[in-house]
Parts: sequence; structure tokens; C-alpha cells
Amino acid sequence: MITALPILTPLMIVVFLLMAGRKVSWLKSIGLGGVILLFGVNIYIFQQVSNQGILVTQAGGWQAPFGISLVIDLLSAIMLAITSFVALMVGLYALRGINDQRHQRHFFLFFHTLMMGVNGAFIAGDIFNMYVWFEVMVISSFVLITLGSEKQQLEGAIKYVTMNLLGSFLFLAGIGLVYGKTGTLNLADLSLTVSQSDQPFVMNSSFILFFMAFGIKAAIFPFFFWLPSSYHTPPVAVTAMFAGLLTKVGVYAMFRFFTLYISQISPFWQTLLLVIAGLTMVIGVLAAASQFDIRRILSFHIISQIGYMIMGLGIFTGFALAAALYFMIHNILAKTAAFLAGGLVFEKTGSYQLKSIGGVFKEHPWLGLLFFMPAMALAGLPPLSGFFGKLFLIKGGFESSHFIITGIAIWVSIVTLFSMMKIWNEAFWKPHPKGDKGIKPLKLKPSMVYPVAILALSTLAFGLFAEWFMDLLLEAGDLLKNPQTYINAVLK
Amino acid sequence: MEMILSILIGVLYTAGVYLLLRRSLVKLILGIIFLSNATNLLIFISAGLTQGKPDFIAKEGEKTATAMADPLPQALVLTAIVIGFGIVAFTLTLKYKHHKQTGTYDLDQVKQTDQS
Repeated sequence: MITALPILTPLMIVVFLLMAGRKVSWLKSIGLGGVILLFGVNIYIFQQVSNQGILVTQAGGWQAPFGISLVIDLLSAIMLAITSFVALMVGLYALRGINDQRHQRHFFLFFHTLMMGVNGAFIAGDIFNMYVWFEVMVISSFVLITLGSEKQQLEGAIKYVTMNLLGSFLFLAGIGLVYGKTGTLNLADLSLTVSQSDQPFVMNSSFILFFMAFGIKAAIFPFFFWLPSSYHTPPVAVTAMFAGLLTKVGVYAMFRFFTLYISQISPFWQTLLLVIAGLTMVIGVLAAASQFDIRRILSFHIISQIGYMIMGLGIFTGFALAAALYFMIHNILAKTAAFLAGGLVFEKTGSYQLKSIGGVFKEHPWLGLLFFMPAMALAGLPPLSGFFGKLFLIKGGFESSHFIITGIAIWVSIVTLFSMMKIWNEAFWKPHPKGDKGIKPLKLKPSMVYPVAILALSTLAFGLFAEWFMDLLLEAGDLLKNPQTYINAVLK
Repeated sequence: MEMILSILIGVLYTAGVYLLLRRSLVKLILGIIFLSNATNLLIFISAGLTQGKPDFIAKEGEKTATAMADPLPQALVLTAIVIGFGIVAFTLTLKYKHHKQTGTYDLDQVKQTDQS
């Protein structure tokens, strides 16, 4: 029963939000209370999973390969905990960061349905169920990205909606082919069926469809163009939420699928993943270096850093998988913090364009620090979390003699530092083009500053206590590398 | 029967992709509808078609049918159709709002967000 709580809690909050009607103060307090509750629930589930191992519920009492299984293993539990932590911070920021008109149009309602979709995708043990949760998530994100109906938003939404729908159709087509070929949709049962099959290539046609579908959601190399052209259009709280959660759900789905089947398929997939990872990293970071809008620079960085996670998956040793998970968590924290800090800069200066702003550090050294920490974490400076993420990935790469991709990863990390320094120099360090009058004297609201500060400090803590986290993630990586435990737990 | 439906699915996918690549926003949405229906049909025939053997569970005393149609793809396609409806409703609203704001259906005009 507690396995279903990550879905049921947001659903309950949504009902309460609907009952609150259009009263902004009610909507805000229920919305924020809901995220706090969800965070508590997910932490409790994480505790249960780390004590008892994999939690499984068969919905409706139908036994495993026939019914819908909800499965929370260590990876899902970690993702649930970390995403709801980020959601809590974004929710707090959104109290003031999203205007009252948008709150009145039920910002928090779609925020919670989005969380329901994200959580559902993490705990689904069945491909079709996962598709449904993907749709819940994607449709909520459509509404969030268009909420407010500004011209820019609608334009970005056209690109976002079209590409994500294409991804969903490819996913669904892949499901149809899998069912036709194997007669099962349960992830664990499918893994077993494929490993016992005498045709090693039976899954390839549907897998390339899944790869493209998750690739579009995760914004990897040839499929990423929708991301930088839509992510900077909605208010920054929405962007931060998307940047922290949505692409990572795509990456999670890749981890789940490929670890369950890749070892049984062929080295072809490993090579494909590594090549795509390299291209994603390089192209993302080069595109970022040429931009002049804070949000667009950070958007291109999302793409580049997805490459690191796919690299860990492509190397496919227990250590590299754990390193990629570490990097993913680091990225969720640091990326959200960087976007929200960018939002604070906007509050102060009224623009995201690097050419027309400046001098923030002189006026607000604290704000400078708030941006500096996540930015340097993304670039990979010790002792922040990004340093350890990259260190572990590079160690994993060298240990398994993948020298080219590891070299690329090191080079990309230097270019990342370059573009972070670009934001720093332009927005914080150089004097404001209009002199001292450029900075608005208005005081920043504490409810917007604290979430950024907590997220920035969490990137520091995640780096300082890297050993403890890595032990946990090594366990998760081991479970991914040997899917037998997962299969046994689901099928009993 | 499977053969005819497979060809139909192929035609729908082709037409859908062609429409997606056109300049008009309306045709883009038609393309999305085509692709969505093609995928639904693909799911529907994924387990093969069984004619005249509905997947009913027999009443007490009756013999259970030995051959019956696979009920799962039917359940899946129902879900997929409902989701498809939601998507179409959303894209149409998006088109309406976008047209109200910009007065154009031309996708070549939709490139402000790509310029830095």
C-alpha cells in the first residue's frame, strides 16, 4: 500500500486544490503544504526501501506478469526523495516567483499533477503504466509551459509540444511491437523473457524506438532542439522545475530499460550510447558558450550534462553506473539552484540578457555567492558536488579503458567552466551599462532567497559527504548491474 | 486483415510525417492526429486479430471459449485513444491562443524563441 503513496499524495492534494477554487491564499497554502507532505512521504519511503529492500505492490491483486506492478527499488527511492526535495524548494520559490494571476489559474494544481507523473514514472513496473505516467507528466508540463499565454510562451510551447508528442508516439509504437513479439509488458518478466529467448535481436526494433522516445525526453544529441527553444519562455520557477526533473525522468527511463536488457543484447548498444553521449556533451557545451541569455546558456548546459549521465550508462560497470547516478543527483540540485539564482538576478536587474545587465556583485555580494556555488558545482570545482561527479565518471571511464569518451568529458568540463565564468563576468562582475541606476533598489523576498540558498548549500553538502552518498549509490549501481534481484522481487 | 491494416498504418505514418513537415500550424496538428491514430492501430493489431471470438468469460455452466481475442491490446488502445483525445484538445487550444496572439498560422514565423 505505501508503494502507491507517491502517486496518491499528489492526487489528494489536487482534489483539495480544486476545492479551494480561485482564492490565491488558499491555493498557495494548500500547494505548499502538499509539497511538504509529499517530501515527507518520499523520505519515509526511501527509509523503508533502504531498510527492507525492494517494495512491490501488485495493483488489484493480479499476480505479477498479468497485473500492474508498482515497484520501488533503491534507484526509484533515491530519485523520489531527491525530486520531491527539489519540488519543495521550487514550490517555496514559486509562492512569490509566480505572479498571482498564474496562481489563480491553478499553477499549483499542475505542479502537483506534474509531480504525480514524475513519481509514477519512477515507480512503474510495467512499460504501459510507465507510458501513462509519462503522459500525465508531459501534459501537465504543456499546461505549465503555456500558463499565462504570453507570446513567447505559446511559441516555445508549439515546439515543445510537437517534439514531446512525437516522443510519446514512438514510445507507444515500441510498446506495441514489444507486446506483439513477447506477449508481456511487465519490465521484470520482459527482462526474463528476453534473456531466455534464442533470438538475440528480438528486441532491437522496439528498442531503437524506446531509445528515440527517451532520447527526445532526455534531450540527447540529435533530438535536443526543442529544449533550448522552449525552456527559457515560462517564468523561471517553471523552467527550474523542468530543468531539474523532466529531462532526468527520460534519463531514469533509459537507466531502467537498458540495465534490464542491455547486458543481454549486444555491445552495439554500448557503442551507440557512448558515441551519442560524446556528441551530446560537446555540442551542448559549444552551443552554450555562444549564447548571451542566462537561461539559454543554462538550457544548453542541461543538454551537455545529460551527455555525462549517458556516458556512465554506456560504460556500464557498477562503478560507472553509480557515478552517473551521483552526477544525475548533483545535476538536479545544481541546475535548479542555478536557474533560480538566475531568476533572482532577473528580479534585481529586469533582464536575462548578459549584454544589458551587470554589477550585481557590487550591490549584492550574497546573491553573487548564491549563483557562484551552483555555477561552480556545474563547472566541477572542488569541494562542490560536480567535482566528485565528474571525478567518479572519469575514474570509471579510465578503469574500463574508454579513453576517448573520458578525454572528451574532461575537455567539456573546461568549456563548461568558461561559459559559467562568462555569466559571472557579465552579470556580476562588470559594471552595469547604465551605471548605478541599473540595479533596482527593491529588497529580495526571503521566500525566494531561502530556497536558492538551501539548494546551493545542498550542492556543497552533497560534495562534502560524497563518500556516504557514493556508498549508497554503489549499492544502487550494483542492483542495476545485476537485474536478477529486481526480477526476483517482482515475480516472486 | 492484418496485412491491410499494416499497410494502412504505414500510409497513416507517412501522411503524418509529411503533414508535420508542412509550414502550416493546422497541418502540423493534423499530422499529430494521424501519427496518434497510426500508433493506436499499431497497438491494436500487435497481438494479431481474432475474428468473431470476443473475450468474454463464460457464465456458470457454459464452457469457456478455447480461442478468444487477446483483451490486453484492446484495453491498451482504449487508454491510448483517451490520451490522444486529450492531446488533440490541448493542441487545438494552443493553436487558437497562438493565432489570437500573433495572427498567423505560418510556422516560419515561429522562430523568435530560437534567436539568442
